[in-house]
Amino acid sequence: MSDIQNNDPVYVTESLIAEDIDAYLDQHQHKTMLRFITCGSVDDGKSTLIGRLLYDSKMIFEDQLDALTADSKKVGTQGQEIDFALLVDGLAAEREQGITIDVAYRFFNTEKRKFIVADCPGHEQYTRNMITGASTADLACILIDARKGVLVQTRRHSYLCHLIGIKNIVLAVNKMDLVDYSQEVFDKIVADYTEFAKSIGIENFTAMPISGFKGDNIIAASDNTPWYKGPNLIEHLETVEVLTAEDQSKPFRMPVQWVNRPNLDFRGFSGLIATGSVKPGDAIRVLPSGKTSTVTKVVTMDGELDSAVAGQSVTVCFADEIDCSRGDVISVSDTPPQVADQFESTIVWLNDDPMHVGRAYWLKLGTQMVSATVQQPKYAVNVNTMEHVAVKTLELNAIGVAQLSTDKPIVFEPYADNRSLGGFILIDKITNATVAAGMLQFSLRRAQNVHWQATDIDRTEHARLKNQTPKVLWFTGLSGSGKSTIANEVEKSLNLMNRHTFLLDGDNVRHGLNKDLGFTEADRIENIRRVGEVAKLMVDAGLIVLTAFISPYRAEREMVRKLIPEGEFIEIFVDTPLEVAEARDVKGLYKKARSGQLKNFTGIDSPYEPPLNPEIRVNTVEMTAQDAAAHIIRQLMPLK
Amino acid sequence: MSDVSRQTLTHLQRLEAEAIHIIREVVAEADNPVMLYSVGKDSACMLHLARKAFYPSPPPFPLLHVDTTWKFQEMYKLRDRMAEESGMELLVYHNPEAAERGINPFDHGPLHTDMWKTEGLKQALDKWNFDAAFGGARRDEEKSRAKERIFSFRTASHGWDPKSQRPELWNLYNARKNKGESIRVFPISNWTELDVWQYIHLNNIPIVPLYFADERPVVERDGMLVMVDDDRFPLKPGEVPEMKSVRFRTLGCYPLTGAVESSAKTLPEVIQETLLTTTSERQGRAIDKDAGGAGMEVKKQQGYF
Repeated sequence: MSDIQNNDPVYVTESLIAEDIDAYLDQHQHKTMLRFITCGSVDDGKSTLIGRLLYDSKMIFEDQLDALTADSKKVGTQGQEIDFALLVDGLAAEREQGITIDVAYRFFNTEKRKFIVADCPGHEQYTRNMITGASTADLACILIDARKGVLVQTRRHSYLCHLIGIKNIVLAVNKMDLVDYSQEVFDKIVADYTEFAKSIGIENFTAMPISGFKGDNIIAASDNTPWYKGPNLIEHLETVEVLTAEDQSKPFRMPVQWVNRPNLDFRGFSGLIATGSVKPGDAIRVLPSGKTSTVTKVVTMDGELDSAVAGQSVTVCFADEIDCSRGDVISVSDTPPQVADQFESTIVWLNDDPMHVGRAYWLKLGTQMVSATVQQPKYAVNVNTMEHVAVKTLELNAIGVAQLSTDKPIVFEPYADNRSLGGFILIDKITNATVAAGMLQFSLRRAQNVHWQATDIDRTEHARLKNQTPKVLWFTGLSGSGKSTIANEVEKSLNLMNRHTFLLDGDNVRHGLNKDLGFTEADRIENIRRVGEVAKLMVDAGLIVLTAFISPYRAEREMVRKLIPEGEFIEIFVDTPLEVAEARDVKGLYKKARSGQLKNFTGIDSPYEPPLNPEIRVNTVEMTAQDAAAHIIRQLMPLK
Repeated sequence: MSDVSRQTLTHLQRLEAEAIHIIREVVAEADNPVMLYSVGKDSACMLHLARKAFYPSPPPFPLLHVDTTWKFQEMYKLRDRMAEESGMELLVYHNPEAAERGINPFDHGPLHTDMWKTEGLKQALDKWNFDAAFGGARRDEEKSRAKERIFSFRTASHGWDPKSQRPELWNLYNARKNKGESIRVFPISNWTELDVWQYIHLNNIPIVPLYFADERPVVERDGMLVMVDDDRFPLKPGEVPEMKSVRFRTLGCYPLTGAVESSAKTLPEVIQETLLTTTSERQGRAIDKDAGGAGMEVKKQQGYF
């Protein structure tokens, strides 16, 4: 224990707690809060630094310290000394490996502030975690091992912090005790970093020589670095400006979370104020509708407020009964945010499954949830060299710039102006995983100039004249399963029954409409998207549309289902085991694929995701094509 | 438009706003949310935040108490009073199997917690088909909590997989779930024990009187002062409970909860005592000590809240 005793002042004024608890509570009550992240490479000493901050601020209790002392001897990496990192490295798996594998949040207090620290891992494959930790941070503390200087990881972490918009950057040159507190070493590192920082647009940073292990310049100026005249770490953390302060000076915006309507006399709109401030009498505008009104009161359980500011959760009431619901944004009337459906965006891919160009994902921005598709990236950024690289898609941890479109207009502001209205996540519609984080940069103009043309003869009229309910019969299955053959049989039967039909066949469509597409994953998605749109026009025309496409991905089939009115999309799974389809090999394609002449062949080197709940399933091992067609027709009856 | 009237928000104001935001997001996106209410100080704080989030409406979800039948009498009293005050429905669940087998803390050790609490919770969530459950856990309580997300997903069998947690960026929470999955949501994740106490103090939130020192009948068991709260307590032959000025730092099943000798009768005194003590809050609970430093992590993978 004696190894870690030191004479530094402690943050928690224990004497005040003991002598005058009311005074202490009063002091604590008026503290502000700063959220920051620490980032660095594996051995830069992040966990040790955080452990030190917790220890010095008395956030470690005696029993925890006892456990720590015992653990340090057992699995510690500091010999007989306390291994502070053990305090911080939480999960069993990573304790065994001796590395931090996920974002962890820690807390400590000083007399002036409460701090929330996101501990971010330094591993290459964990850009995801760093972006997550950085997204809520007011400040980033980038650790450098004084013995190693500016590394590739340092550059990557700095770039990511800058990308996510962190303006306060601390360059903590750690392990100064291991370089004899050399000013020369420190100055060289600062010079190297300055040059790099400028190149990526970081204008300001604060560099300080520290030792997390020994405690130098953490909470007091160290005698070991008399040449350093800057602030110590805690002093700096206590005085930098927090994000919400800056947000308050921007125009008022509040995404609506929930409409509060306990009775007919009260109708309020609840949300967390993103930017600006609001008070009774303010003229407001609700986006995207553009309706205006005046704020009558700002309601909380503690009473009505004279005004409320960014960072507060409130409920506001209007003078007029205007439409306003979850997803809308309440704004100051004269300078509202924009509304658009096509954007240039920066996307950080967070999932093992790479981005699928053209696939529809859920996009959540503020309280808005819409369907969105991403185009092929213009480029990706190599986070080690900052070079732009041409890519077809984005893989896990990749960062790229791409155009994005939403299925309906959303209220937004460029991320640089407003994190809350510019930052979004993408959610996979099938797995529900959060697959990406993104930042909207600007809207693309053309969206605003294309409007839907309303026509007088609508889909109901078209269908009535044909005396039928339009439908899409979507046949899906492996190559050689019998989709086209069965679809053809079904169409013949429908024709005999005087039904108006059209058969879109995979091979035929690829001779014309889709002849520019190949068989990569992205092209397959685009193929299905176009066929879906064509089928949609045809059902609007009143037809019964039959489609015969492998359509291997569930997500795309679901995308088409969403395009078509409910109940009109019939998914028909032509269920043929791979070995049966391959044995048939009508077109000789399996043979080619097996011999490597044909790439991306479904079932061989490209996946097929069978439907989970198809409306109709036919088994072509047990049924002939005619039987299968008859079965389908029976399932479809009646046709009106 | 309004003047730029700048206001410095304190850490408690920011934590409050964050918690309210989280609670509202769940109500907006979940089908059938519920708030787990254990009657302790963290639950008291969380319930108060929920009331603030929806004022003047009552919170649009019920309170669920997964009861073991061995809580302190004063806890049951406050529970019923708070449900009434908040205008919320109170659901109380008892694991029927534990009741039938007479599982109790004296004879059954860890099985008591496992059956009444862990199993009871799973059964209750399944019974009412809750897809999102608010819990009052904090990240400062324990190391594996520090890495848990605010929206924490559980498989259909209520297991937790720390490796496949969803990234949480900004204040955007993805509440979409797969069939059978449910979400545990922790609105006060970022609060510390001191924050909770101070918030209770500033907002005059009612808490169980057991947190304050008073003369109470106690006996000593394995170095722990245990309060004799009802006549189910098996006294040793000739043993007479002793009246001592004690209070409780955490509240659970009375036979399992150690009292500390104290004279702290007001909230500031309790906070003072808490800050000056050098043993951490959960130490009184045997549950965290299993399996070395990873006890809670293992418990959570098995479905403990």
